[in-house]
Amino acid sequence: MDTFLLALLVMVAGALVTGLIALRPVSASTNRTANLIGPGAAAVACLLGLHGLFSGGWGSAESFLLPWGLPFGAFALGLDPLSRLFLLPVFVLGITCGLSGCVSLRHSDPSEHNLGAHWLFYLLLLLGMTCVMTARDAVFFMLAWEIMSLSPFFLIDFNDRDRLVQDASWVYLVAAHLGAVLLIAFFALLWQESGSTFFSAMAAHHPANATALFLLSLFGFGAKAGLVPLHVWLPEAHPAAPSHVSALLSGAMLNAGLYGIIRSFDFFGPATSMPVWWGWLLMAMGAITALMGILKALAQSHLKRLLAYSSVENMGIMIMGAGIGLVGIHNGSAWTAALGFSGCLFHMLNHSAFKGLLFLCAGEVLHAVGTVDMARLGGLQKRMPFLGALFALGAASIACLPPFNGFAGEFVLSMSMISSLKLPGLEQQIAMVACMTALMLTSGISAAVYAKAYGMTFLGQPRTHFAAEPHVPENRHLLPLCIPAAACVLGGLFAPLAFSMVQPTLDFIPAMHEGVVEEARLAIGQTEGLLRHISLFGWAGIGLVLVLALVRRVLLARRGVKRGPVWGCGYQYGTSRIQYTPASFVEPGARIFGAVMGTRVRSVKGEGLFPARASLGVEAPDVVRGKGYTPLFQLMERACNALKIVQNGLVNIYILYILITLVALLIWGVA
Amino acid sequence: MDLRLYLAHFVLALVLAPLPLGIIAKVKALFAGRHGKPLLQPYYDIIKLLRKGEVIGEGTTWVFLAGPVIAMASAVAALALLPLGGVSSPFAFQGDFILCAYLLGMGRFATVLAALDTGSPFEGMGASREALFGAIAEPVLFLVFLALIGTASSLGEGALSLSALFNGFPVTAWMHGRPELVLLIFVMGVLLLLENCRIPVDDPTTHLELTMIHEVMVLDHSGPNMAFILYGSAVKLWIFSTLLIGLVIPPLPFPAQAAASLAGTACIACLVGVVESVMARLRMHVVPALVGLAGSVAAFVLILTLVR
Repeated sequence: MDTFLLALLVMVAGALVTGLIALRPVSASTNRTANLIGPGAAAVACLLGLHGLFSGGWGSAESFLLPWGLPFGAFALGLDPLSRLFLLPVFVLGITCGLSGCVSLRHSDPSEHNLGAHWLFYLLLLLGMTCVMTARDAVFFMLAWEIMSLSPFFLIDFNDRDRLVQDASWVYLVAAHLGAVLLIAFFALLWQESGSTFFSAMAAHHPANATALFLLSLFGFGAKAGLVPLHVWLPEAHPAAPSHVSALLSGAMLNAGLYGIIRSFDFFGPATSMPVWWGWLLMAMGAITALMGILKALAQSHLKRLLAYSSVENMGIMIMGAGIGLVGIHNGSAWTAALGFSGCLFHMLNHSAFKGLLFLCAGEVLHAVGTVDMARLGGLQKRMPFLGALFALGAASIACLPPFNGFAGEFVLSMSMISSLKLPGLEQQIAMVACMTALMLTSGISAAVYAKAYGMTFLGQPRTHFAAEPHVPENRHLLPLCIPAAACVLGGLFAPLAFSMVQPTLDFIPAMHEGVVEEARLAIGQTEGLLRHISLFGWAGIGLVLVLALVRRVLLARRGVKRGPVWGCGYQYGTSRIQYTPASFVEPGARIFGAVMGTRVRSVKGEGLFPARASLGVEAPDVVRGKGYTPLFQLMERACNALKIVQNGLVNIYILYILITLVALLIWGVA
Repeated sequence: MDLRLYLAHFVLALVLAPLPLGIIAKVKALFAGRHGKPLLQPYYDIIKLLRKGEVIGEGTTWVFLAGPVIAMASAVAALALLPLGGVSSPFAFQGDFILCAYLLGMGRFATVLAALDTGSPFEGMGASREALFGAIAEPVLFLVFLALIGTASSLGEGALSLSALFNGFPVTAWMHGRPELVLLIFVMGVLLLLENCRIPVDDPTTHLELTMIHEVMVLDHSGPNMAFILYGSAVKLWIFSTLLIGLVIPPLPFPAQAAASLAGTACIACLVGVVESVMARLRMHVVPALVGLAGSVAAFVLILTLVR
């Protein structure tokens, strides 16, 4: 715990120093200093934090309490396995994104960017996330939650001269606060009922209106996690933010929503008293989120927006896992419950690794080419082989392909669903089968999505001259990206070991207390054994690939390899523009799933004997945003504008309002 | 003993894998009234290709070279999870069907990327179709597995591995009043045709690139890599044939079962040849409807098994 507190102190100190630098007039030298101190402090704090996570024993629980001078709340920290597990990606990505950001921001223009402010908010975000995952007091939790929610606004708004970036940060801010309102109501209700702001006291109390509390927590935390229909801020905020920020937001901050949902199971009374429809609601929302997210991702041609939608999908899969866990507990099936929760948490770890990696890679592409619009990219694998290999690794991992880590997580989740075929009741079984089909369809489509993402960006011929002559990053600048890349590979090849990190959390998942823990541990142990088979196949597969490659090399040793033009159906004068584009790649899919994902295929066919112009585009506007939120907010704007009549700037009228109010209150008081 | 027996079957499967391709070609030739290529032509092709040099596309990278290697390696790894000739796989574990399906997915992913690496519009077209059809075929395959698992669990067995599910179990279940499992044969048949790029989904022998799926993706491969592709797709056909005959052949004593599964594989090759001879290729946008049909049949079977 001591090193952990020290880590918090380093973050605060780093934030203070970078804040002081930010207050000084911006120049190249202040930017340079800030760009050294900010990532340095982040790295030191995260390393200390990691040491703190592992030093006390991974499975143990510690706590720290410091009363503060405020009338309520306290500085109450706790480190239990659940907190440790969620802090792991925070710290690892904290280092990775800090270093990567340090590299990518080193040449930023002092007249446009104040790096002191940037790193101040970066450190505050880290601090906020760390405190959210360890807070054991509601007031402190909300304080940390606000720090965590507000600082990304300033991070996203980095390129604040860009109109689109401004819009995106506003969307983010509104979404973050709508979620926070629900959470304040959630904790206020709990406080009112239990009479204390401490989590332990809240957990000891059995609330009367548990369902209302559950819905508040689901939508409040779900807004952070990107649950449909509260996901609209993700596809706006992630493309606008600098990539190291997107990576941290997607890989670590979204998890805070999931953490909140799982932590709040504590407060709803005994696990068996939770109605089973909560679990089904979680599963249904998770399945819808996952399917919608991946179908939207399929249609995107903007790489970072694609990744953002894919984050929505992955959060959906995790929420689905949590739902399976709840359903399992309710039915007394330890196997289903344990695998559901552990699959959810395992997938969380895996997602942090590959999504962090992919966003950082996208950032390098943006830096090298100046755009991440896939219709303008292509051929980057040849020009930036190391970056391409990293992206390919991330793509294979996130598409849940063996032998990488994504598959291991998917396997655990699938096993939890299969074990639930033994649940009593036909409707439960059929619902579970429907969710399983949704999961399989999602992972099938995600393979297509990432084949597109990698293929269009890195393979083929460059579609524009920007892509043909990228500003190639030096390999040593890509070293931070190797951290999540290594996690992707090792998490798959040593899947049992990675999975065993999740195990201690299960005793601490509040809903797991009711006597099923022993059996759950057995289920986890057996699954670990299954993962050992999978990692064995991973090694064998890699070995086989190497052997075949060697065979090919030996066979070709004397005959050699020639290069020739690619087959173009006899037509030799094609340019790179005859290649398949992102739009044409997904056109068949857009036609099949168009009704569901609201995509429109816009095709202009060439006509006449000598067709001149023809085009194909796939548009995927966010239906929830366009049909749901935009009209709603426009309505609100009109209502607010109507209220402007009362605000006319005349002081005497305002005094009249006060008088009227007083009189009204007097009358009310007398009556 | 079992391990040795399995290894013998595994090696036999690897050796015989290209043969069904030859049978299909022969059946098609007979239907068309030709003599056709020799039965062993796929072997000759593979050996010939292994002895040649390679011409690779300009501007391609290691992704193009890795595609065939990964596709073949993952097909062979997936084969090792199946029960062969009535002998359970020594690598079998609970849930190995998930690994098997995703290994095939890995092979497809690598092939698609290799196709995109060439930058040829034709190969992009094939890649797009293969990626999409693969995505929608995956849930159907899982519905088949789930239907079998549901049957097993309602008959009081906890079998969750391919070796337990496809080793005569379906026929036993079928005999014990589960006739709906017969429908799965149709579903597996559609999946076999789809995953192995056969008519009516894809036409591997057409001369027109615009209408192909799989063949158009491998246009630019040559030499040993092309041999790997040919062999990998032969192994994949063997995998799907094994799954299909697993639904049909009852549990028999050792030599009979091995003989029956070999005969079954040959029969499936003949049937595929017949289907290819008497049917036309479906139009591309009808294929998802076919997959949807197979999926609904599988879902129907699954619900029936759960209802009981």
